[in-house]
Amino acid sequence: MNSETKTHPELSDLFNKDEQRVDWHDQTLWWIRQKRDKSAHSIPEWEILREKASEIKNNALSNLADYLVSFEQKALANGIIVHWAADAQEHNEIVHGILQKHGIRKMVKSKSMLTEECHLNEYLEKQGLEVIDSDLGERIVQLAKEPPSHIVLPCIHKKKEEIGDLFHEHLGVPAGTSDPQILTEAARQHLRETFLTRKAALTGVNFAIAETGEFVVCTNEGNADMGAHLADVHIACMGIEKIIPKRKHLGVFLRLLARSATGQPITTYSSHFKKPRAGQEMHLVLVDNGRTIQMGREDFRASLKCIRCGACMNTCPVYRRSGGHSYNYTISGPIGAILAPNLDREKYADLPFASTLCGSCSNVCPVKIDIHQQLYKWRQVIVQEGYATSSKKMSMKIMNYTLSSPSVYRTAGKAGRWVLKYIPFAVNNHFNPWYKQRDMPDAPKESFGEWYKKNVK
Amino acid sequence: MKRVGLFIPCYVDQFYPNAGIATYQLLKKLGLDVTYPTGQTCCGQPMANSGFEHLTQDCNQLFVDNFAEFDYIVSPSGSCVLHVKEHLHTAQSENQAAEIRTKVYELVEFLVDVMKVKNLKAKFPHKVGLHQSCHGQRGLLLTQMSELVAPYFSKPQQLLSQVEGLELIELKREDECCGFGGTFCVVEEAVSVKMGKDRVKDHLSNGAEYITGADMSCLMHMEGILKRGNSKVKVLHIAEILNAG
Repeated sequence: MNSETKTHPELSDLFNKDEQRVDWHDQTLWWIRQKRDKSAHSIPEWEILREKASEIKNNALSNLADYLVSFEQKALANGIIVHWAADAQEHNEIVHGILQKHGIRKMVKSKSMLTEECHLNEYLEKQGLEVIDSDLGERIVQLAKEPPSHIVLPCIHKKKEEIGDLFHEHLGVPAGTSDPQILTEAARQHLRETFLTRKAALTGVNFAIAETGEFVVCTNEGNADMGAHLADVHIACMGIEKIIPKRKHLGVFLRLLARSATGQPITTYSSHFKKPRAGQEMHLVLVDNGRTIQMGREDFRASLKCIRCGACMNTCPVYRRSGGHSYNYTISGPIGAILAPNLDREKYADLPFASTLCGSCSNVCPVKIDIHQQLYKWRQVIVQEGYATSSKKMSMKIMNYTLSSPSVYRTAGKAGRWVLKYIPFAVNNHFNPWYKQRDMPDAPKESFGEWYKKNVK
Repeated sequence: MKRVGLFIPCYVDQFYPNAGIATYQLLKKLGLDVTYPTGQTCCGQPMANSGFEHLTQDCNQLFVDNFAEFDYIVSPSGSCVLHVKEHLHTAQSENQAAEIRTKVYELVEFLVDVMKVKNLKAKFPHKVGLHQSCHGQRGLLLTQMSELVAPYFSKPQQLLSQVEGLELIELKREDECCGFGGTFCVVEEAVSVKMGKDRVKDHLSNGAEYITGADMSCLMHMEGILKRGNSKVKVLHIAEILNAG
């Protein structure tokens, strides 16, 4: 199936063919939302923390140019080699260039949503290089040749039995294995060999500190450290929005990140990198790839505050019932739906509409991004730029014509109710998406307006 | 005496007149001077939420023409009120629009915050599930939101607790969306229905005889699912319960 050509509603429809699976997916993610709630409620100052984080990020974005220059100066002084990439292509070429210089053909990579966004793996594979993802979830989707369905839990859409089948095929575990302990151990042995033999390791960056030139990588598996500490070359890739002004601000974000993501007080590893160890080369690639354009859009710039915790996905009632792959973009869920249109309005025109605007996403966001307000605003932009379907345009014009005139409205209302009452098959048929799985309301004998006229005046 | 303009959203007017009648009667019982301006149609939300806010100018002007004269504008729909509060703008009478944005109230918030109703004298001896409609809850702050670390309150509960004989059931997910979402319910049919089914199931498994709420649109969605499943459980707008007995 070529999912590239299908829209969010179409892919969600497919996902919903297996209702039990939808229930399982929904409940798994809801359980994580509940863990998040419990963890957040254990911190009385939670809402103040969110506000602080939001303010720090606002400051970082407003002064981004200065902070980036300061960060580069400090990083260079620390002995890190700094690269700047305008877009995904440049980013991929830079990484490839570093590997070529060292004659390296195999690389280990810990979780980095940026490299997913840039499609680095595919690029390097085309050049004949091998990349192994060392985050367990990412390794699983890599073996399955799928993109991650969630930014924190890349293989949350897979059941343990399916992972067992994959590991049987690729890692040689006995057929029918589904015990998570045995599967994890198999992955551990497989990855240990990878860590020991790779000369280059790529990691993401969670926070980059302008004041010191340091960067921090958060993982639960220690895989970033295993890779970076054993390799001769460490390449860290980051979007330019990852900057925070000072080291003292880290505490605010580290307290929020894992609690929002999984309900843990902190990620198991929060690794601080400052300079290469003796004999090691350390590279930092700073990537724009559309971020400066988003910065220039006043209504949407706050989306760049995102620290990639995934809380908005876990809470989103649509995401939980449509799955991450229904979004067709590296970053799924509500945050993906406001980031994707920045890059391509036509391709991602359906995403801002994949929401009821319930607002739960904005409430769990640890940096207080107004996600659902931005969804509403993207809808306006997408329609104004001409990406609405023609049938939708027509129905909106008819609706507007009807609702702009009290007399047209009253006539149409009567007609509508008459149709509902006397020829229900006209609306109760499968061409009406409402009626497919829901009944229409009963047609009352009179409208409120008619009752009022009779009884009050 | 303060004058109240009754804003009855288009789909309530056409499909759920009883919710409108109950709202009118409730306000009259409180001794208010209530008028229903007969030239009203719709707040424009269905168009705006679909990305067509630029088409709503005429609707907005009509709204201003109908409601500018009142001290309060009250409506039995959180979603429509939120839309007016956030998006009512007109080229010709922006000052009046701005004033309307501050004096439009959803019925529950009007009863609790403005009228300070403490003793309703209503009777409804049934087990009732309360649906927290998102726009009323997260937009108008009718009930504290489960995502936030903040003290609990609930304005609809405050009113329902005054109703004699009414037993409010507990839900597994106290404030999850029902999946209506305006045109979302047809554009994203599969997810919308699944959300609705899950919400209804929560109420049914906890013994609800009635599902109520401050937004008829969510109730219409859940009613569609209940009826398709041949359930005996009914939906009622909160105004109908507060006006009962």
